[in-house]
Amino acid sequence: MNYFAGNFDVAVIGAGHAGIEAALAAARLNQKTVMFCINLDSVGNMPCNPSIGGTAKGHLVREIDALGGEMGVAADKTTLQSRMLNLGKGPAVHSLRAQIDRKAYTALMKHTVELQENLILKQAEVTELLNCEDGWHCITKLGAEFVCKTVILATGTFLGGKIFVGEVNYSSGPDGMFSAEGLTDSLIKLGIPLRRFKTGTPARVLKSSINFDVLEVQEGDERIIPFSYKTEKSPQNTVVCHISYTNDDTKQVILDNIHRSPLYSGVIEGVGPRYCPSIEDKIMRFADKKRHQLFIEPCGADTEEMYLQGMSSSLPEEVQIQIYHSIKGLENVQIMRNAYAIEYDCIDPVCLSASLEFKEHSGLFGAGQFNGSSGYEEAAAQGLVAGINAARKNLGLEPLVLSRSSSYIGTLIDDLVTKGCADPYRMMTSRSEYRLLLRQDNADERLMPIGFEIGLIDEDTYNKFQNRKTDKENEIERVRKLTLSPNEALNKKLEELGTTPLSTGIKMAELIKRPEVSYFDLAEFDASRPELPFETAMKVETEIKYEGYIARQKSQVEDMLKLENRRLPLDVDYTEVEGLRLEAREKLNRVRPENIGQASRISGVSPSDISVLSIWAQKRRMEKNS
Amino acid sequence: MLSEKTVAAISTPSGEGGIGVIRISGKDAIIIAEKVFKSASGSPLTTLSGYSAVFGYVYDKEELIDEAVATVFLEPKSYTGENVCEISCHGGRYVTSAVLRAVLSAGAEMAAPGEFTKRAFLNGKLDLIKAEGVMGLISAKSKEELRAQLSLKRGKVSEEIEKIEAALLELSADFAAYSDYPDEDLPELSQDNFSRLISLAEDGLYKLLISFDSGKILKEGVSVAIVGKPNVGKSTLMNMLSRENRSIVTNIAGTTRDVIENEVNFAGLNLILADTAGIRQTSDAVEGVGVELARERLNSAQLVLAVFDCSEELDNNDKEILSLLQKDNTIIVLNKTDKERRLTEDLFGGFNTVFISAKNSEGEEELKTAIRQITTADSIDPAAALLLSERQHDLVSKAYNAVKEAKNMLLGGFTIDAVEVCVEEALTVLYTLSGKRVTNEVADEVFRRFCVGK
Repeated sequence: MNYFAGNFDVAVIGAGHAGIEAALAAARLNQKTVMFCINLDSVGNMPCNPSIGGTAKGHLVREIDALGGEMGVAADKTTLQSRMLNLGKGPAVHSLRAQIDRKAYTALMKHTVELQENLILKQAEVTELLNCEDGWHCITKLGAEFVCKTVILATGTFLGGKIFVGEVNYSSGPDGMFSAEGLTDSLIKLGIPLRRFKTGTPARVLKSSINFDVLEVQEGDERIIPFSYKTEKSPQNTVVCHISYTNDDTKQVILDNIHRSPLYSGVIEGVGPRYCPSIEDKIMRFADKKRHQLFIEPCGADTEEMYLQGMSSSLPEEVQIQIYHSIKGLENVQIMRNAYAIEYDCIDPVCLSASLEFKEHSGLFGAGQFNGSSGYEEAAAQGLVAGINAARKNLGLEPLVLSRSSSYIGTLIDDLVTKGCADPYRMMTSRSEYRLLLRQDNADERLMPIGFEIGLIDEDTYNKFQNRKTDKENEIERVRKLTLSPNEALNKKLEELGTTPLSTGIKMAELIKRPEVSYFDLAEFDASRPELPFETAMKVETEIKYEGYIARQKSQVEDMLKLENRRLPLDVDYTEVEGLRLEAREKLNRVRPENIGQASRISGVSPSDISVLSIWAQKRRMEKNS
Repeated sequence: MLSEKTVAAISTPSGEGGIGVIRISGKDAIIIAEKVFKSASGSPLTTLSGYSAVFGYVYDKEELIDEAVATVFLEPKSYTGENVCEISCHGGRYVTSAVLRAVLSAGAEMAAPGEFTKRAFLNGKLDLIKAEGVMGLISAKSKEELRAQLSLKRGKVSEEIEKIEAALLELSADFAAYSDYPDEDLPELSQDNFSRLISLAEDGLYKLLISFDSGKILKEGVSVAIVGKPNVGKSTLMNMLSRENRSIVTNIAGTTRDVIENEVNFAGLNLILADTAGIRQTSDAVEGVGVELARERLNSAQLVLAVFDCSEELDNNDKEILSLLQKDNTIIVLNKTDKERRLTEDLFGGFNTVFISAKNSEGEEELKTAIRQITTADSIDPAAALLLSERQHDLVSKAYNAVKEAKNMLLGGFTIDAVEVCVEEALTVLYTLSGKRVTNEVADEVFRRFCVGK
């Protein structure tokens, strides 16, 4: 017998990285929120890599932080080692990545959730979801019935989870948790089509069984920049990582046993991520590559478990042992947790609108791996947006839709809901056409005003941001006006830097635009330079040096925004629009774009289709008005 | 590449006509028009009020193209409802395309089929019934374009473009892999490979642009100015060229006052000959106008035949003419070999020179060879060039400029995130030609070529 368990504004199913951000955001926006989790020891769990950030993912974390999310704050407090990737490749692709103490992160996140006002954390498996007149009913395995205005599905790899190790496979969630079994049928009954994706993880091994003497060391950065704008005390490096490589023996072991891989024998039906291939996949697909790199990363400060980044596998356990033992430094390694592949249910995200609400199911939202993405950061980003929008829907406010030009979050969601994804979607810098604008250093300028307006950024944080911004703008102005006259010391310096010495005076800003010269190089010739925090000084340097290219991307953004502002009706059958090509009609019907800009990004919709569409939309508007 | 840029197109039917109109529409229409049009009165177009027209001159950078009337319409009172400038110049394909090209290189984009009418409708200038017509027009035009694209597909142009796309894509994927997977065991980016790929793209695009010009040469002929001081045999040369084949297509006199135009077939090419007044210092006002026009022709023609009398020493008049000539588009025609020669080709160091006797029709073969060489007619592949439209030329030249910029940035030591801006701009433009999308392509290429991912 079911029992009534209470009325809620927002229910979040799943307490992984997507669920946490969703629930915290909703609760902080004064929504009475309940979050369900199959096992409360897995709140904010990192079932794969013990790290946060990386290329483009680091951008996401800073954006989440600027909007008022939690991931960056928690990561900074549990960082073991931090690196800014891609230094020397230009500011657009600088990305933060930190090794994280996995258990500490989980504990901290769980505690943050527990302390959050308006938020109840509940260990329960939701097995049924019903759309009733008084709202969405979330019914647990034990018969508790929660009545909620909005529901966010953030089921991760739990939904219909199935683990594969060689010939063995069984229903399971990640890290030995139970999988979620009932909800799939309930979603299908609602008319939501599901599909199978898969992902995998490498083994965790015992630290004392590794021969570190023969391995390359990878140190953290000397100057650590935190993820969160709120973090005042920079994290410290307390660990190092190590690097090793596969070899011919590794390859031979895999080739001899490839028939035992569930991927190659066809047992796994789910589509795996292209960018995160298993070691057997790498060996098979890139047969001529001599070696593959792997990283050995600590899982925490008070554990001896080490993570073997780059070595995920679904081969049988005894083959895994042979593979790892073939690698230099791992000859005697002890596996503590085996590698495995996991298959799970997810949706095709084109059925979502850009607010992450289902187009066909008012009040129902999706976030994270459930939407077809992959990665903690991608999940958290969507969770935050879904949480904000569930709250805003309840409050009768317009949804938050971030444009591609505002953020990687906006790009991620637009890609998902416009193009869909054929395999688990990972954020990459190459997915953005506005990389020079969407830098990790200016996430605050791009998004903090939005976070403040929504109500997730407090006044103090916002004021500090505005002061930083003013300092930066004043300094750029000063550097633009300041003229440097030629003198011996300066010319000597310029020659050292490999650029032409001065014969007449030049504005300092012009000098910084030379690729060879940086803002920092000129400090000694600039007596009136104010003392600025390193990050602000970096922004000054970047915005002056790349001024021309930044302006160019800004003008592209303006053009695109005009198209974004032309809205399209959602209740329309495109097969009836004369003049559109057949392929375009089908694609438009599938995605049902919200505006002309989004329509133009659907592959299979041509520029002339867009012309026809914009005329048709205008015509329809005029007919409605008359 | 969908954007609300300022666009331009020739708005009068193609072919011969008294007047040709180039319409520019969009926010920056007047500013762009001002870059190519200088009013005779000296007052800039940007200072004019709506519905006003001024007389003036059209330039492509420094080069004078034509005299014309510019009419300015300010939003919303124009056909499209946007700022519009219409440049009415002399009719015919040459002048109109030359003006359009100048407008495009000044920052306008080539208008898509039905674009002006579409904009007019979107800005509320047309009623509903007309909207149906526009949609029909656009889809019909796009079918035409599709057909053209399909036939292009079989031709060499698309093969060339695909090669260039592949090179840029490889470059872009290298950049992407390098930036997106910094910790991977990827081969170091090699400067040599960058240079190779970018040069491949640059050369390829350059050849396409050249072939466009060559294609135009085949389709539309070559404008030829015959210049020289009085009585060196210009008219006799004109007659010799015309006599060689009696296919005189037009004989328009007076369109440009005292420049005589003849379209003839010579050396396998359509030559549009302009016989000009002899260039010399003169106090006669009427003759002065003719001389001025001759100079303009000399500047605007694709090919200049500069005639000198080889039986006489060079005088100051000859020397002045010589100083006006460019080596890459001029053939020095040394006429009157039937008399005693007093000039040698050494006097014209670096120029193509041909000795003829126009009177006796001697030296015709040598002249043909020289013309085919200098117009690159011998290297034209008609299959490669014939289908390129003005719109495609616009896109290819945009891609070319972006690639050139990327190259300079690479050489200048800029970081790759900025270089990528230009490479991707070029790719986006090329993919607009073939209807693909950049970001997906790059991601796919990375996964295809590199073993990345942990």
